[in-house]
Amino acid sequence: MRLTVTDLSCARGGLTVLEGVGFTLTAGTALVLRGPNGIGKTTLLRTLAGLQPLVRGTVSAPSESLAYASHADGLKATLTAAENLAFWAAVHGTGAAEVAAALDRMNLSGLADRRAAHLSAGQKRRLGLARLLVTARPIWVLDEPTVSLDTASVAMFAGVIRTHLGGGGAALIATHIDMGLTGAAVLDLTPFKARTPADGGQRGAFDEAFG
Amino acid sequence: MIALLSRDLQLAIRSGGGFGLGLAFFLLLAVLVPLGVGPEPALLARIAPGILWVGALLACLLSLDRIFALDFEDGSLDLLATAPIPLEGVVAIKGLAHWLVTGLPLTLAAPVLGVLLNLPVAGYGWLVLSLLIGTPALSVIGAFGAALTVGLKRGGLLLSLLVLPLYVPTLIFGAEVVRRGAAGLDAATPLLLLAGITAGAAALLPFAAAAALRVNLR
Repeated sequence: MRLTVTDLSCARGGLTVLEGVGFTLTAGTALVLRGPNGIGKTTLLRTLAGLQPLVRGTVSAPSESLAYASHADGLKATLTAAENLAFWAAVHGTGAAEVAAALDRMNLSGLADRRAAHLSAGQKRRLGLARLLVTARPIWVLDEPTVSLDTASVAMFAGVIRTHLGGGGAALIATHIDMGLTGAAVLDLTPFKARTPADGGQRGAFDEAFG
Repeated sequence: MIALLSRDLQLAIRSGGGFGLGLAFFLLLAVLVPLGVGPEPALLARIAPGILWVGALLACLLSLDRIFALDFEDGSLDLLATAPIPLEGVVAIKGLAHWLVTGLPLTLAAPVLGVLLNLPVAGYGWLVLSLLIGTPALSVIGAFGAALTVGLKRGGLLLSLLVLPLYVPTLIFGAEVVRRGAAGLDAATPLLLLAGITAGAAALLPFAAAAALRVNLR
């Protein structure tokens, strides 16, 4: 189980934002992506998740091994917490045991029968992250997972990630805060910002005109 | 796939509007047309097939933009696209779920509303049969239109404009089946053409809609 990214360029809205990105993620390791707002962290993660085509380079990973968690949690307000998770479990071919375990791990057992509409922002976030546990996929691709989580929940989620890494999983995390993942490699995306063609980069002329 | 279907049905039932809106619109139309046209049984009997089919078509149109828009807004469409279900399957299931909450109730309610419009007795069987065969095409074509307009804010108007021309053949042959059936003529030809449209739409459009969704998710 290994995610290898070589010389990757990715674009948002037709404009190349990052170029020459390369890293390797092996089982049991975590990589934290850093960089200022707008550098292209989300674009990179969406490209890796297969939601948008890459401009150049290669991404190699075992098929169906990535579990992507975006800014949005993908929760249905009229379903209960347990029903929301049970749906994603069924889609990914796991069962009720995984759902109960995931609710327990994310400290949501007491809210299992509460409708998602009645959960707080932090509780929704925890439920959205609990989905990762029921996908049973090894590589977690997390986009700002700690937004609206309190300090205790961040620590708890960091614990969940450590357990996942301990079980042979891997995690790619775009975040601005220190989640306390000791041993996690950090990749700053600033040097990979797409340069203009004049500097030998791939950034579009369109961007120059308006940037 | 079955999980997605049962979730969509559950959502439609819980949020209420899913069943109600299209059906209420259909009911209102069938009640108001006789009042507007006046008490002329012969005229009503003649326009009943067309009115019932136009009503069913417009009722279907009302809920189309919800097929993908809700999932797009809360992010579950992104997650479904990364799930182990093919996107083509997602579209097909969404179309089926839409038919089950709009097309099927409309089909079942149509004979009752046929009474209000003085539909000739011979036409009832053909009315139900034509709606049963024709309305799935409305849902699948609608799912395609919804996939094209999913990223747009207030894409409902554009969706209606895109989808209406595609609905025309279904409307023509569907109403023709009922008209011929009510007049006691042979309705096999328009019925087969109607079935052909549905079969073709169900076979091809999920692929087109999935391609449109992939573009819109970028």
